[in-house]
Amino acid sequence: MASVATVTLPLPVLPEGWTGEKDFKALGQLSSAVERSIEPVGPHFLAHARRARHRRTFSEDDRIQAQEKAKNVEEVDDGEISEPEDPMMLQREAKDWKTQDHYKILGLSKYRHKATEDQIKKAHRKKVLKHHPDKKAAQGRTDDDQFFKCIQKACDILLDPIKRRQFDSVDEEADVDPPTKKEQKSGNYYKLWSKVFKAEGRFSKTHPVPTFGDVNSTQEHVEEFYNFWYNFDSWRTFEYLDEDVPDDNENRDQKRHVERKNANARKKKKAEDNARLRKLLDDASAGDERIKKFRQEANAKKNAKRIAKEKAEKEAEEAAKAQAQREAEAKAAEAEKAKADKNASKKAKEDAKNAAKKNKRVLKGSVKDANYFAGAGEASAAQIDSVLGDVDLVQGKIDNEELASLAGKLNGLKVADEIKGVWSGEVKRLVDAGKLKDGDVKTLA
Amino acid sequence: MAENGDKAGPEPSNRVVIGVTFGNSNSSIAYTVDDKAEVIANEDGDRQIPTVLSYADGDEYYGAQAKAFLVRNPNNTVAYFRDFLGQDFKSIDPTHCHAAAHPQEAEGTVSFTIKDKGSEEDASTVSVPEISVRFLRRLFGAASDYLGKKVTSAVISVPTNFSEKQREALVKAAKEAEVEVLQLISDPVAAVLAYDARPEAEVKDKIIVVADLGGTRSDVAVVASRGGMYTVLATAHDYDFAGVHLDNALIEYFAKEFIKKHETDPRSNPRSLAKLRAESEATKKALSLGTNAQFSVESLADGYDFSVTINRIRYEMVGRKVFEGFNRLVEGVIKKAGLDVLDVDEVIMCGGTSHTPRIANNFRGIFPETTTILAPATSTVAINPSELQARGAALQASLIQEYEAEDIEQSTHPAVTTVKHISNAIGVTTVGPDGEAFTPVMAAETAVPARRTVHIPAPKEGGDVLIKVVEGGTHIKVTKPEPKEKEEKDEDDSDFDSDEEEEETREKIWKIGSALAEAAIKGVKAGSKVEVTINVAADLSVIVTAREVGGKGGVRGNLRAP
Ligand SMILES: Nc1ncnc2c1ncn2[C@@H]1O[C@H](COP(=O)(O)OP(=O)(O)OP(=O)(O)O)[C@@H](O)[C@H]1O
Ligand SMILES: [Mg+2]
Repeated sequence: MASVATVTLPLPVLPEGWTGEKDFKALGQLSSAVERSIEPVGPHFLAHARRARHRRTFSEDDRIQAQEKAKNVEEVDDGEISEPEDPMMLQREAKDWKTQDHYKILGLSKYRHKATEDQIKKAHRKKVLKHHPDKKAAQGRTDDDQFFKCIQKACDILLDPIKRRQFDSVDEEADVDPPTKKEQKSGNYYKLWSKVFKAEGRFSKTHPVPTFGDVNSTQEHVEEFYNFWYNFDSWRTFEYLDEDVPDDNENRDQKRHVERKNANARKKKKAEDNARLRKLLDDASAGDERIKKFRQEANAKKNAKRIAKEKAEKEAEEAAKAQAQREAEAKAAEAEKAKADKNASKKAKEDAKNAAKKNKRVLKGSVKDANYFAGAGEASAAQIDSVLGDVDLVQGKIDNEELASLAGKLNGLKVADEIKGVWSGEVKRLVDAGKLKDGDVKTLA
Repeated sequence: MAENGDKAGPEPSNRVVIGVTFGNSNSSIAYTVDDKAEVIANEDGDRQIPTVLSYADGDEYYGAQAKAFLVRNPNNTVAYFRDFLGQDFKSIDPTHCHAAAHPQEAEGTVSFTIKDKGSEEDASTVSVPEISVRFLRRLFGAASDYLGKKVTSAVISVPTNFSEKQREALVKAAKEAEVEVLQLISDPVAAVLAYDARPEAEVKDKIIVVADLGGTRSDVAVVASRGGMYTVLATAHDYDFAGVHLDNALIEYFAKEFIKKHETDPRSNPRSLAKLRAESEATKKALSLGTNAQFSVESLADGYDFSVTINRIRYEMVGRKVFEGFNRLVEGVIKKAGLDVLDVDEVIMCGGTSHTPRIANNFRGIFPETTTILAPATSTVAINPSELQARGAALQASLIQEYEAEDIEQSTHPAVTTVKHISNAIGVTTVGPDGEAFTPVMAAETAVPARRTVHIPAPKEGGDVLIKVVEGGTHIKVTKPEPKEKEEKDEDDSDFDSDEEEEETREKIWKIGSALAEAAIKGVKAGSKVEVTINVAADLSVIVTAREVGGKGGVRGNLRAP
């Protein structure tokens, strides 16, 4: 192509550090191509042909090979839409078109509402080629055109989207009956109901229509299914079953009467259809083990939660109890201990008191044993008094420990000098410590 | 395609060539003067010549005169036979011959029994090939008369689903009518060529839908036009929605009107029906031009004259189902081609029924504004839809008339026409408002070898630029209208506009595919452009070249064939 296209958007700036050998980098190859036939028409094709031929001549083999490679855009009849014709069907009368199965007439029984417009047209043409009365007459066959008229009627309806919907609305051949109780127990529950709802789905205004699913469907899927279907928005109508409305020319009142009757009948049928679908759903859900499973799971979950909660509560209670008990015990123990301590200290005090008494007795006993330091003779009462007075004085200046120590030193001593020595030692210690004055206790010094 | 058989055709330099379209309903002949195609009017002044032969008192009539005999002498009038040529009796549809001579099977071929001799008694059985020869002879004769020279050769356009047998039969019939067929070309491509050969036409890569809406059939094709070469991507052939079905709708309408008045059904009598049919068709055609038409038949039935006017709106209601059928047909074939209406650049409407304004306006409605709808009702530059195929055939005839038959045969050989077409577009990445963007250089479905060049601006300040060659694909982005917030308005008319439902918008978005190559052009001047050329060879190897426009040197690199 000679002309150069001009673009408005600018090229990007070369990224920093970009390198390529001779400023070029190959990164890939063309991903795909299809062999097609170009039309051998026009001046540009002639130029192509000149280049492609190079004065070469092609053979028949080349033709076949090339033709095989090229993608064919004209479809060949693959016989896909053909089914045996029921002899009874061929006997039909055109006037009974209301009761005829338009799909079957055209050989599209297995396609029904799923047949594409293209399929309907092809099927129609096939039937025309076969059943056109002029063709039959030309072949010396009867010129019965009844079945041909049936074909025309079928085509007329199926190629009119509105009429086709009306027919599809009442095309019971496309229905799938709900499974019987017995069938439902056969283990094919989900498969059977799936088929039912797949067929029902043809009436849906919204798409995609959720499927019934199978035993392993998630709860989300199942819930979506029932939710969608319990709120099903259907285009199904029942005009097709209308009673014929008399022509304009006839009685007007009669006409209006029939029209009203038809309108009511449609409404009633629509309501019945809604009820029917609801019942289907009720039935399907009633035996739907998935729902039960989900409910049980939900219950189990709820129970588990409750049990866990109760357990936790109980544990907490017990823990609190134990704690209280522990605290009470500790308190008791403490009280006990305090009591014991108190007793112990009392006893210690008593002991100390007793010990002090005993020690004091030792102290008094020691001066008695030393005969009050009167030597060999009888000690005078004054002597005894002053010695005992000094002992009291010393005793008053020392604490229990010192007393015990002093008593310990005196204990067992019988010799007056030795006793005297201890006492004087003690007096000296007290004088040194400033507790006694020199000369305060003359008898023991 | 030229079929010479035993006898060699005329010397190329001695040829007188025409283009022909040979339809079930009408045929046309065209020639070229100074590279311009003209459709020839026959001696009756018709450019659309009904494909009809009729015999009366030993005289043969063709065209409009023969068609008129469908009322008075239907049994000796042969019509709607083109599709029977080269076919078995079991594969023909006799529907449209019902009000004319009926086809029958004789000695394995489809034939008609007609009284084509002078005497009343002896009827002959005439085969479809023979009928075709006779008709073509008249057609070629009209061309010879007009040109003042005996036509020797022709290019004839045929439907894309014409079988090899049908082609052979047609070539043979033409030859018996003493015209050498230089080539059979397909109807939609003939129509495209008629448009592309106009002097003002530019060679552009585009997707074209050719809607050929005829009398007994409608044929739609999606054609990729790439560098002036054409590839048919998908086709549909429809026998349920075409011109006669509009006639039938009108017949029913007028019959009912007549019954209302006269209580007799004009359809129950073949002659009345024939009159009804002829006038219905005439009324239909009149409604393509005017908004009102007069339907008027003398002695339609039971001796009653019938005359009513019909306006276009009424007609459009009467024909609604057929009109809607055309929409679905076109949408269906675009889908079949794996495309979207947004991919279509042009719709060429051809065939007689394409004159109908409603159909063109309906197409206008299903395609985006960027699509050109080439029909009289929607475009001022539209060529007469009834003439496109004959014109295209004439243009092709003038292109190849200098070639030896052998050369034509070899050049149109499948070994030449079967070519790889790239599946994805090839382009470069550019800087768009939302970041990296794909700018196509070579469109998908381009036949290789092919070369495309683009000029792309460098960044404003110039400098070093990156040329990243990538494959690209498209997808359709659908934007639902944002639910309009209900504004409280003071005016009472607020619910006027809120009633109108806003439509979703659909746009074609390019997606960057796999990377093919990178190249750098350094030191580009500010405000300069870069020229990128992509050259794909027959084996799918690629040569990329890039240079600054007006600059020296540049970069060149290869990609290996896959
Ligand atoms: N101006 C017009 N307005 C509407 N319809 C028209 C007009 N002119 C012709 N037709 C219709 O176009 C049809 C003929 O189309 P065309 O001339 O393309 O025929 P054809 O290709 O021979 O048809 P086929 O092979 O499909 O029978 C007829 O139905 C005719 O009534
Ligand atoms: Mg045609």
